[in-house]
Amino acid sequence: MKPPPFDYHAPATLDEAVRLRTELGPEASILAGGQSLIPLLNLRFARPSALIDLRRVRELVYVRAGQDGVAVGAMTSQRELERSVDAARLCPLLREAQRCVAHPVIRNRGTVGGTIAHADPAAELPAALRVLAGHVTVRGPRGERRIDADELFQFHFTTSLEPDEILTEVFFPALRPDAGSAYLELSRRHGDYPLAGAAAIAAGDHVRLCFAALGPTPVLVESDDPADWDAAIEPAGDIHASAGYRRELAAVLGGRALALARERATGGAA
Amino acid sequence: MKHAVTLTVNGERVEREVEPRLLLSDFLRHELGLTGTHVGCEHGVCGCCTILVDGAAARSCLMLAVQADGVELRTIEGLAEGEELHPVQAAFREAHGLQCGFCTPGFVLAITAFLEESETVDLSDGAIREAIAGNLCRCTGYQNIVEAVRIAARAMGKASA
Repeated sequence: MKPPPFDYHAPATLDEAVRLRTELGPEASILAGGQSLIPLLNLRFARPSALIDLRRVRELVYVRAGQDGVAVGAMTSQRELERSVDAARLCPLLREAQRCVAHPVIRNRGTVGGTIAHADPAAELPAALRVLAGHVTVRGPRGERRIDADELFQFHFTTSLEPDEILTEVFFPALRPDAGSAYLELSRRHGDYPLAGAAAIAAGDHVRLCFAALGPTPVLVESDDPADWDAAIEPAGDIHASAGYRRELAAVLGGRALALARERATGGAA
Repeated sequence: MKHAVTLTVNGERVEREVEPRLLLSDFLRHELGLTGTHVGCEHGVCGCCTILVDGAAARSCLMLAVQADGVELRTIEGLAEGEELHPVQAAFREAHGLQCGFCTPGFVLAITAFLEESETVDLSDGAIREAIAGNLCRCTGYQNIVEAVRIAARAMGKASA
């Protein structure tokens, strides 16, 4: 199918984009890489009054590595993040999760800010952001503010951004030198959204897991007890897998991801 | 309201006015008559409409024509030089990498990007299959397509990484 009609704006600066966002109101949508939004338009699940395309806002394209972590401009392609040597060194989990996202051709256009703002609970980067205790920066008419990952994801496809705010940066904190991490998922076909995904970080006795596709948001659990994971997740059954099967996947993938993270923590690699 | 776009398609400068909702795949086929870019699913699953946008492979059904303002596109029509096939096209012929041919333009462009991206290319089965994972062939010709990638890599002088 073809997209429904909409107005189109391609501001050259973030200031102009923020102004348009306020002016056009909540019926307008932000277009980043379009790898989720354009299918939604083609299927007519989304009918925005206008698109504000951020492709010309080059100030939002960067990967800045610091001692604390990696700051990624919202319009940076997922492929660029995947290829960043600095990001892979500071947060090895990112490259591992990024390679599970669809296909290279999709990652060429899909953006880091786009997948976070889209907040699909089955997506990989939201789970990575949450397990790493990252945050995002958003800009609106009242200025800039920071939202922690724990506060960001509210529900399926719903974040705590106000309707007049634009996500500008995603910050992934560096993995502690004594910690190990891993991301694993299972999908029916290579490149599909997973039936379930598990991101794990282990540092000594402390563990963090975040599950993808097992609830209305990425589900964070700070425990190595599968009973706690089972209590935290809220899997839904659908045509691809039953809720019960997804519960079993949580235990299996969570266990494997955690074991791998622990092995990497003691092994010192990745 | 229509928007003016200026872009380069297969080395030629193109200027048009387009509706915002026009997909890039439809722009290529209906506005420019470049029907070699095939349209299968129109939601980013099949990979038939894959083209090169500033050298990087992309789904043309997941781009609006207005987003292509200022970019350089390569489509299947822009690969061969006159009568001489591009090495990837020649490799598909040699390895019998196609049956019905509907998916072929998308495969050829995705593989061209994969092989052109760097001097050395990982030619393991896993890496090749990852590179073509976003393209569906319902004649199930994958085995020969994988072989075509290796033949093309040799023809293009790519060292195996």
